[in-house]
Amino acid sequence: MLSLSVNGQSHALDVPDDMPLLWVLRDVIGLTGTKFGCGVAQCGACTVHLDGQPVRSCVLPVGAIGNRTITTIEAIGATPAGQKIQQAWLEVDVVQCGYCQSGQIMSAAALLQRTPNPSDADIDAAMSGNICRCGTYVRIRAAIKQAATGTPEILQTLVSAPQGAAP
Amino acid sequence: MNKQPDPAPVEPANVDLGRRHALQAGGLAIAFLWLGTGGTASAMISARRQAGDGAAAQADGNPSFAPNAFIRIDTSGKVRLVMPSAEMGQSIYTGCSMLLAEELGVGLDQITVEHSPPSDELYGIPLLGGQITGGSTSTRATWQVLREAGAVARSMLVSAAAAQWHVDPASCTVDRGTVHHVASGRSLGFGALATAAGKLPMPDKVQLTDPKDFKLIGKPMRRVDAVDKIKGATQFGIDVQVPGMKVATVMACPTFGGKLASLDDKAARALPGVIEVLRLDNAVAVVGEHFWAAKQGLHALNIHWDRGENANLTTQQLRDGLADAARHGKGIPARNDGDQPQGTLVQSEYRSPMLAHATMEPMNATVHVTPDQCEIWVGTQVPARAQQEAAKITGLPLDKVIVHNQYLGGGFGRRLETDWVEQAVAFAKQVPYPLKVVWTREEDIRHDRMRPMYHDVISAVVDADGKPVWYGYRTSGSSVLARFAPAAMGKDGMDSDAVECVAEIPYDIPKGKVEWIRHDMPTGLVTGWWRGVGPTHNLFVVESFIDELAHRAKQDPLAYRRALLQKSPRALGVLNLAAEKIGWGAQPLPARTGRGIAVAEPFGSHVCAIVEAEVTPQGEVRLRRVVVGIDVGIAVNTSSIEAQVQGGLIFGLSAAMYSGLSIKDGAIEQGNFNDYRVLRINESPLVEVHRVINAEPPGGLGEVGTAIAAPALANAIFAATGVRLYQLPVDRALLVQSPDALKSVAAASTDTGRVPA
Amino acid sequence: MIRLLIAIVLVVLLGAGAYVFLNRADTSDGTAPALAGAPVSSDVLARGEYLAKAADCTACHTVPGSGNAFAGGVPFKLPFGTIYSSNITADEANGIGSWSDDEFVRAVRNGVRNDGQHLYPAFPYTSYTQLSRSDVLAIKAYLFSLPKIAQANHENQLSFPFNQRWAMGFWNAVFFKSQRFQPDPGQTPQWNSGKYLAVALAHCDECHTPRNFAFAMKHGDELAGQELQGWRAYNITSDPVHGIGAWSDSDISNYLSRGHADGRGTAAGPMAEAVENSLRYLNPTDTAALVAYLRSVPARTGDAPVTVDAAAAPALASNNAAPGGDSANANDPGMKLFEGACASCHQWNGKGQQTPYASLLGTRGVNDVHGTNITQVILHGTDLRSLGANIFMPEFGDAYSDTEVAQLSNYVIGHFGNKQGTVTPDDVARRRKQL
Ligand code: FES
Ligand code: FES
Repeated sequence: MLSLSVNGQSHALDVPDDMPLLWVLRDVIGLTGTKFGCGVAQCGACTVHLDGQPVRSCVLPVGAIGNRTITTIEAIGATPAGQKIQQAWLEVDVVQCGYCQSGQIMSAAALLQRTPNPSDADIDAAMSGNICRCGTYVRIRAAIKQAATGTPEILQTLVSAPQGAAP
Repeated sequence: MNKQPDPAPVEPANVDLGRRHALQAGGLAIAFLWLGTGGTASAMISARRQAGDGAAAQADGNPSFAPNAFIRIDTSGKVRLVMPSAEMGQSIYTGCSMLLAEELGVGLDQITVEHSPPSDELYGIPLLGGQITGGSTSTRATWQVLREAGAVARSMLVSAAAAQWHVDPASCTVDRGTVHHVASGRSLGFGALATAAGKLPMPDKVQLTDPKDFKLIGKPMRRVDAVDKIKGATQFGIDVQVPGMKVATVMACPTFGGKLASLDDKAARALPGVIEVLRLDNAVAVVGEHFWAAKQGLHALNIHWDRGENANLTTQQLRDGLADAARHGKGIPARNDGDQPQGTLVQSEYRSPMLAHATMEPMNATVHVTPDQCEIWVGTQVPARAQQEAAKITGLPLDKVIVHNQYLGGGFGRRLETDWVEQAVAFAKQVPYPLKVVWTREEDIRHDRMRPMYHDVISAVVDADGKPVWYGYRTSGSSVLARFAPAAMGKDGMDSDAVECVAEIPYDIPKGKVEWIRHDMPTGLVTGWWRGVGPTHNLFVVESFIDELAHRAKQDPLAYRRALLQKSPRALGVLNLAAEKIGWGAQPLPARTGRGIAVAEPFGSHVCAIVEAEVTPQGEVRLRRVVVGIDVGIAVNTSSIEAQVQGGLIFGLSAAMYSGLSIKDGAIEQGNFNDYRVLRINESPLVEVHRVINAEPPGGLGEVGTAIAAPALANAIFAATGVRLYQLPVDRALLVQSPDALKSVAAASTDTGRVPA
Repeated sequence: MIRLLIAIVLVVLLGAGAYVFLNRADTSDGTAPALAGAPVSSDVLARGEYLAKAADCTACHTVPGSGNAFAGGVPFKLPFGTIYSSNITADEANGIGSWSDDEFVRAVRNGVRNDGQHLYPAFPYTSYTQLSRSDVLAIKAYLFSLPKIAQANHENQLSFPFNQRWAMGFWNAVFFKSQRFQPDPGQTPQWNSGKYLAVALAHCDECHTPRNFAFAMKHGDELAGQELQGWRAYNITSDPVHGIGAWSDSDISNYLSRGHADGRGTAAGPMAEAVENSLRYLNPTDTAALVAYLRSVPARTGDAPVTVDAAAAPALASNNAAPGGDSANANDPGMKLFEGACASCHQWNGKGQQTPYASLLGTRGVNDVHGTNITQVILHGTDLRSLGANIFMPEFGDAYSDTEVAQLSNYVIGHFGNKQGTVTPDDVARRRKQL
């Protein structure tokens, strides 16, 4: 029996030690916001936080987690950085298909947490492990900057939400 | 193209496609125009048709007011909109919602959206002959009908209110879900009117909002699906959870058309969490309590494949076959304006590789087969086709197959197929419980239905000024259309997708001869639609070649194109816009940095991309910036236009820079993002999108950026290095400045290359 | 004239005599020191299995993933051609089912097949010659207890004169001595067991001892490290700077049984195979014996010595998720590749994120300016199943150019080894071709 703390809740789990966290989250606990994209730490879709640090859950054996706490996309909005990032993501309207975005947001929130005002190079260093096949990179960059500075980015078309825009 | 039959008249209420526009439909869509749409069209998407039977209505929660297949309003005033198309990132749910909401008179914040059930009758797009999301057709196909659907509903709600107040409906206004009678200061919400409106007859005629009064259309609107997507709350196909469900992962025979010879599953079955090992003719699946157990089980199988007739197939064999066909094969003419004139003949050959889709969400489907029903949860671009295939496999009547469509973690044409759904149904048929089949990324890439490989020979006769007076094009490739919709093949067995964007070009070249040489792939190697389809290679070839001609004529590629585009004002418009915004020619560029132009009219839109790229002395390509000019006519959502063009370009650049599937010993060699490489954020350029504003009907959008990317990149690389790339992906070895440059790699990249910012 | 003929005959006779004399085999049975994992008295199959694992027969005689245990067919690219391992299952037609005990013992210990032909020293009879007869026969009994696999042997592809097997007799005459293991009474039994494991069974020296021009091990340079089949087998002498003298006992035993020692390195390539197929199965007492022996190997610098900087400044200035406080040169191509494909696991500080196996700091790989092994790992990936771990890294060779792999290697050497890497695209192209 293994005990994991996920989003502030503790879970007693009967799973093999070498099972990657991703599948424990998705298929055992039922938190499907964390995505499977490659299984080999190349795409970042499965990114979660372990004590606030971004990790690739598809290659993280649950047996190696110990007491460290896990935060997933479902709860990242409760952290100040996560909240800012999610807000900027909405304002810049980053998402397309959305499949990679849980991972993107987790990586971006960790970046903002660590580096409140990231440069382009900081963004590259933190976000290049996250692939987006829809090609939302331009807006990801804009949204991270907007989350950091609070000022709308130049490339952004959504200057304000007109009446009747989706919330 | 001038030989094709006129499309049969379409119901005016459905799709407004003028001939000029129809000819530019593009890609997947145009193919179906050859069919004509008479007959079937009337059985498709309509502003006034309702889900007929009571069962469907009940499943729908028996809304009080449901005037058509798209709008459901209950007495609480809750407005649910049912989306005719599938959402795969292209923002169609937002676009459709805007069309409906604009005319209905609600805000996007007041609605919820739902996936539609499979039904060609209710949601089929005449342009595509069914309920299909693809070919950049959705907005074009639904632009009129959804507005009308919204207007029908509004008119009925207004009539209900007017009747209650005994006033003239024309004196009522609608705003944010409420009908107002300003003169008397009365108002009623949609909820209060729903029951009464539901009893009214359908109006024959409705007045659509004058574009100048649009509140939503043409504005940059936030996506309706964004909130859930940023919270991880959106349910994609892979996220479906059904009580009692088990998870399987599969391995199909790695060779094309090979079969399972024997299987030793003892070790796999002994693993904890493994429940079952299932077999098909050409694939095995391990069922587990969770994906991990299934995957471990798969790893423990000892499988012997009968590798079949393609056991020794290589990429080179395919390439040689195509090249031979392009050079010597008998072509089917798409255009022939008479004899090739005298003059200097210029000719080049271009090759394009097989490409995988690599949608971010790997293929998956959840299926529960019981003796009298088959239920499927899947993200698909073709729900009705999935339903039909499942009915065939299970032997159940069509109405016993229930398809729950889901959000798609990327489509790009991959989810126009149903192969993996069919496979999942065939496995699920063997077990009593609901089975979620999830492919590994490796399976996803190795068993993709890949974008075909092409070999194209292009030529031109140029006059003394270097201006083309005739062009010739011989393209060889397999036909996706012939398999996907055989009835849509044109005269003489023509595949219109094969010559899309080359049979008709915006340039003023008086004559041309365009031929397609059909060259099928070996049995078992199935090719499929891929974002941008035919135009992706045709534009690479045509626009690279125009650059070659400009260079030959010693002219600036911009000036050369301008001169040839005088009769195509919209193409010229986007060219000028992009050139102006990037500041073409204004300032000298750094060494080994160049700009490349590509301009075209794919998918009913007009687009010009200018890529600025730097090539290092070692041959590495750095994408600095892309400026796009685009004319899509009326913009429904200007925000998603920008997003689609940016995303489409990056998708296209990604492929041009790195992608190409190769076959060795009959099997695809690539398997995951380590060897099927895609662009990452630190390699992606800034993409600026500038729009020509006009009131033309909307053009296609989803694939436009992708189709235009490769030639702009190749031309930029030529400008930077003088090296013309005749083959994709970019072969960086050709771009090395000198052997010495390579030797410098060791010295150049000393860390601590950490230079203070 | 006659005299000349006589002289020639004499020379030939003398040569033949020398050939025979120098090729003569030690006929003694030999005795093996005690091995904790292989009790002498217990059944011969269990002992044979343990010894076969310790001798890592699988590595060469089983094609990975084929499921055909010991059926041979594994290719070995050597400077003078490619040779294939043979089928050593008990299949009569293709394997060694018809071999007598004596024939088997002669092959293992003297490199001579049952038909009298010489084996190539890629088969480590040069080490196995030290095995005791009863150990060799235990291995035979074990092999014969397994399923027979009718898989035909692969022709070797060697150029003349290397395809002349008889010529190996001359090689043997010069470089090979048939000789049983002799326990050193002056050493502890543990040391003797360790030495037997190292030199006879696990044949560490076959990879770690430099070879001369004729592919023979250089005596006097034992375990000082060399490059073989495109990989560097590191210096494992007791040299504290260039060898493993500074490693703790548990560092060494962890590395042997788990393929990883924190802050020291992770086995990859052929060493990962040795861990996976062989070393992880050693009884802990035997592992300890092996450690004790390795500790006693005289310190040597060896060729192309690697000096580890375990506190490389650039890595120390970085944290797990971002490069150091000073902002990196964002245009360094190697760095760009690292941030895209590598940082997710290895981390900017080189500590390794999801698993300590991905740690880079302090390893010899990133401190070798030639980048031999990191280039190989980047090109071909790794797959390591050891005690308590199932570790893999995907291969990047397909999609990344020679230039990129060189740039990435040099970046990694710079960032994690604090040295200037010397990897060129040509080096990468060459290593690509090696297995
Ligand atoms: S699924 Fe974990 S990085 Fe791709
Ligand atoms: S939004 Fe679709 S993959 Fe990123």
